[in-house]
Amino acid sequence: MQDGVILAAEDLTKEFKGFYAVEGVSLNVRKGQIHALIGPNGAGKTTCFNLLTKFLSPTRGRITYKGQDITAMSPADIARLGLVRSFQISAVFPHLTALENVRIALQRQRGDSFDFWRSQKVLSQFDDRARELLADVGLAQFETTLAGDLPYGRKRALEIATTLALDPEMLLLDEPMAGMGHEDVDRIAALIKRISADRTILMVEHNLSVVASLSDTITVLARGKVLAEGDYATVSKDPRVVEAYIGAGHG
Amino acid sequence: MTAAIETQSGIAGQQARAGMPAHHAAIFIGLLAAGLVAPFLLYPVFVMKVLCFALFACAFNLLLGYGGLLSFGHAAYFGGAAYVSAHAAKVWGFPPELAILSGVVASAILGTVFGALAIRRQGIYFAMVTLAFAQMVFFFSLQAPFTGGEDGIQAVPRGNLFGVLSLRSDFSLYFVVLAIFLGGLLLIYRIIHSPFGQVLKAIRENEPRAISLGYRTNRYKLAVFVLSATLAGLAGATKAIVFQLASLTDVHWSMSGEVVLMTLIGGMGTVFGPIVGAAVIVTMQNYLATMGAWVTVIQGCIFVICVLLFREGVVGVLARWLKKPL
Repeated sequence: MQDGVILAAEDLTKEFKGFYAVEGVSLNVRKGQIHALIGPNGAGKTTCFNLLTKFLSPTRGRITYKGQDITAMSPADIARLGLVRSFQISAVFPHLTALENVRIALQRQRGDSFDFWRSQKVLSQFDDRARELLADVGLAQFETTLAGDLPYGRKRALEIATTLALDPEMLLLDEPMAGMGHEDVDRIAALIKRISADRTILMVEHNLSVVASLSDTITVLARGKVLAEGDYATVSKDPRVVEAYIGAGHG
Repeated sequence: MTAAIETQSGIAGQQARAGMPAHHAAIFIGLLAAGLVAPFLLYPVFVMKVLCFALFACAFNLLLGYGGLLSFGHAAYFGGAAYVSAHAAKVWGFPPELAILSGVVASAILGTVFGALAIRRQGIYFAMVTLAFAQMVFFFSLQAPFTGGEDGIQAVPRGNLFGVLSLRSDFSLYFVVLAIFLGGLLLIYRIIHSPFGQVLKAIRENEPRAISLGYRTNRYKLAVFVLSATLAGLAGATKAIVFQLASLTDVHWSMSGEVVLMTLIGGMGTVFGPIVGAAVIVTMQNYLATMGAWVTVIQGCIFVICVLLFREGVVGVLARWLKKPL
């Protein structure tokens, strides 16, 4: 294991019936960094995410988290190690209130919740912490609102609050800014910056100005392969990256 | 700030702080009162039939409405338990409480085995797998030596409860059935409003997200499947003692369809909806019995109207008007 690397993938490959969505991707995410994964549509970014969190099983390759091989683990067990992901489409529990959404994550502290004979009153011990987390993302006044009724940007904020409730060491954010207005983008970007203080973040993001301002390291994917890696200045000048994005020479 | 939050009347918050909300407690008391009065106004056997099917529908709704799993083979647990308890009472000479318990244990075992295999598939495939298993139970019931084939198990003795209270009279049996129904309903209510129930709702709403929070969702799905099958078994076993009969009707696929119908008409995902749905369907079957096959046609029409006009079911619509979960 390289020094300071928290999540590493070697030769990560996913084949769908002869089509390589991700091929031979190696990735090293350093502890404490914000690492962005960018690339044109269909480059395999989300597939990569699904492989790293084991929502898909890789055809080939090896994934290690904090030196531990997690290639064969189930997605729930990976989450239990402190490697928690978000989803491209906002992932809230729509018919639960904002408070209940966060509490579902806090409830994990009890271990498994198979106690169907107990009243949910035992969960009220998590209410104060849930309110703190909601206040942290600017949702204090929405705690009794059903998550499905929240505006889009607020849903993303709620999703982040829910993720943070697990106090994960590393977050994988799949397009946190997708479909957001300007104000929301700025608010969420500030939030990501703030929560990155003592955490590692790997994110897929299309909004390049957000990527430029937040990321320490950028990996560019194209057609399932790593095209370039480095900080924004390096990557943005790479001719191959420019070509992949603008499509020069593909006339 | 905190004061402002406290004054907001969050339904969930209230529940978490004060246990059962007042309107739910009122409905339970109302059900108890109606249950105590009913046998004096209506034919007790009819009301017992409603109670058995209401419990069956509530058990099914626990799986569909709260677990988000559509089983199309719940007759296997209802009917399977009916056969086992009828056999236990008639051949083994078990008292009614042990006969019912045998049926419940049988359906729990059946639910564990079938559930463990079925939850490996999702959506329509899950429904088809459960249906396939239920068909296997049907053919077993048709062929096995102890089930009586086309005749079923008839003349099941009602026996004496705990060896002392004779259940021969419909009246004394009625109150036992009412107690079983209310006990079962309270248990379902508690399951829905438990830490387990919260996780269940989260899985229903967004399973990948629940997994990403570290929940091993298949175990929760299996647990709710077994609970639902067990409670369906309680309903079926009780039914066998009430009618002194376990027959192929109980394990037939149309029984699985009927319980879906009851749940949807009453309101899937509401606590009390399936009771209303069961009452509507059983009442129609009883009082329109003279119309023969037309009952099925009328049921079909009601179902179509329900799906087109009030998809949330009777109680679901009511809950929306009152802005309170029922």
